[in-house]
Amino acid sequence: MTDNKTLAERLRERGVSRRGFMKFCAATASMMALPPLMIPRIAAALEQARRPSVIWLSFQECTGCTESLTRSHAPTIEGLIFDHISLDYHHTLQAAAGDAAEHAREAAMQENEGEYLLVVDGSIPLKDDGIYSTIAGITNLSMLEDVAAGAAAIISVGTCAAFGGIPHANPNPTGAVGVSEIITDKPIVNVPGCPPIPTVITGVLAHYLTFGRLPELDSLNRPMVFFGQTIHDRCYRRPFYERGQFADTFDDEGARKGWCLFKLGCKGPTTYNACATAKWNDSVSFPIQAGHGCIGCSEPNFWDKGAFYEPLSAGRWGTPAALGAAVVAGAAIGLGSAALARKRQAEASEEKDI
Amino acid sequence: MDNLESIAVRVEDGLDESLRTDNVWPLLRQIEQALQSLQESGSETVIDLGAMPFSAQDEQDLRERLGRGEVNATVEAFGPTLVQETAFAGVWLVEYLDAEQRRLTLHLQIARIPDLLITPADDLADSLASLRRANRDFSAAPTEDVQ
Ligand code: SF4
Repeated sequence: MTDNKTLAERLRERGVSRRGFMKFCAATASMMALPPLMIPRIAAALEQARRPSVIWLSFQECTGCTESLTRSHAPTIEGLIFDHISLDYHHTLQAAAGDAAEHAREAAMQENEGEYLLVVDGSIPLKDDGIYSTIAGITNLSMLEDVAAGAAAIISVGTCAAFGGIPHANPNPTGAVGVSEIITDKPIVNVPGCPPIPTVITGVLAHYLTFGRLPELDSLNRPMVFFGQTIHDRCYRRPFYERGQFADTFDDEGARKGWCLFKLGCKGPTTYNACATAKWNDSVSFPIQAGHGCIGCSEPNFWDKGAFYEPLSAGRWGTPAALGAAVVAGAAIGLGSAALARKRQAEASEEKDI
Repeated sequence: MDNLESIAVRVEDGLDESLRTDNVWPLLRQIEQALQSLQESGSETVIDLGAMPFSAQDEQDLRERLGRGEVNATVEAFGPTLVQETAFAGVWLVEYLDAEQRRLTLHLQIARIPDLLITPADDLADSLASLRRANRDFSAAPTEDVQ
């Protein structure tokens, strides 16, 4: 439950020195993708940061998002940030079960009315009054509406909570949708990804802890600091793309030399996420570094947008002429084309939903 | 499957020449400008290398270009931090590692001395109090007779 210690006090209690705290702030700035000149401000704000109450609701999901977050080994920045929040309800992580768990949720809601953060993973089924997914006999739909009413803000973690994700994929038998299709009167941050990068989840929490407000968002309500650029914009294989050097198969010379994976279906040019810089498994690697193109998992309807192994120019991600020209134009593209691609993608997404 | 060798994948280790992002050259120009402002106005710059596309090969190239200077320090706080002055005085590489030696981030700091090496002002009062305590304990302790 909530106590009154600041994050700095907690770190000191754990034996972290002032230099250690400054180092924590440098790593947190890097995690939040903020420039290093923000480090002193982050330090000043974290010195004062109190422990927020967090209610985490899991709906139609595979628990991959929670796995992603809890897979990091202690002691990490993610671990310390995550420890600092008061996680008052989370099916998978809490010790309480059944009635006791539901009472803990109700107590946290009452005690922190209007102030708690609601984190959601998983989509919400609407078909047949939402009977396809229930917790303690309560439909996901009614639990979401109930808990969202007293929340200060909502963080939709994972593509399912953000955009409906795989449950929403054709033929969507349960009528699954993301949180923002249901809740329209609260600030919502989408942290999509299947699963999302753990540092991005904690980066959003750290931003809330540090500045007491949510980060700047893009048109799909994703934090700009992490989703402001495409994978392609920050991909270390980009010079090969610019030079027109592509792998044609997964075991040809180009693949062995680390050339661009565009022709093997890489969705990096139309996918907004931080994998290319934040990376995975404690910053060891990310799919493109492991030799596989990006599948675009942080974008709406990624599952229904054609084959993962077909080049963007052949799929439903954009018009073949425009993307074909993009490959040829090389250095002339960059951010401008990414913005166009994104507009196309939003339009494609709307088309599908009609 | 008995062992890893039976998987028909050839793992190529070592750094690959081809994994360069062409970001070292613009970075060196940025360092040059930052060093000029340090000299002219004393203003410091920190560049987060974790925030840009930068391959292991780029890092090796950068380290070779910058060389090693006179100062090499390790700060043991919340895991080690390796502070290395480069051959260009005022240009420092600061590598933040966690307790399990995993990198948190890598900074290039253009400054007379990286902040992390300066004793935090708040620590001085604590430090003085604990030294006074230690000295009091020392003077109060019975001295042993020397035979
Ligand atoms: S198409 Fe994919 S592999 Fe090629 S540069 Fe872009 S993101 Fe990297």
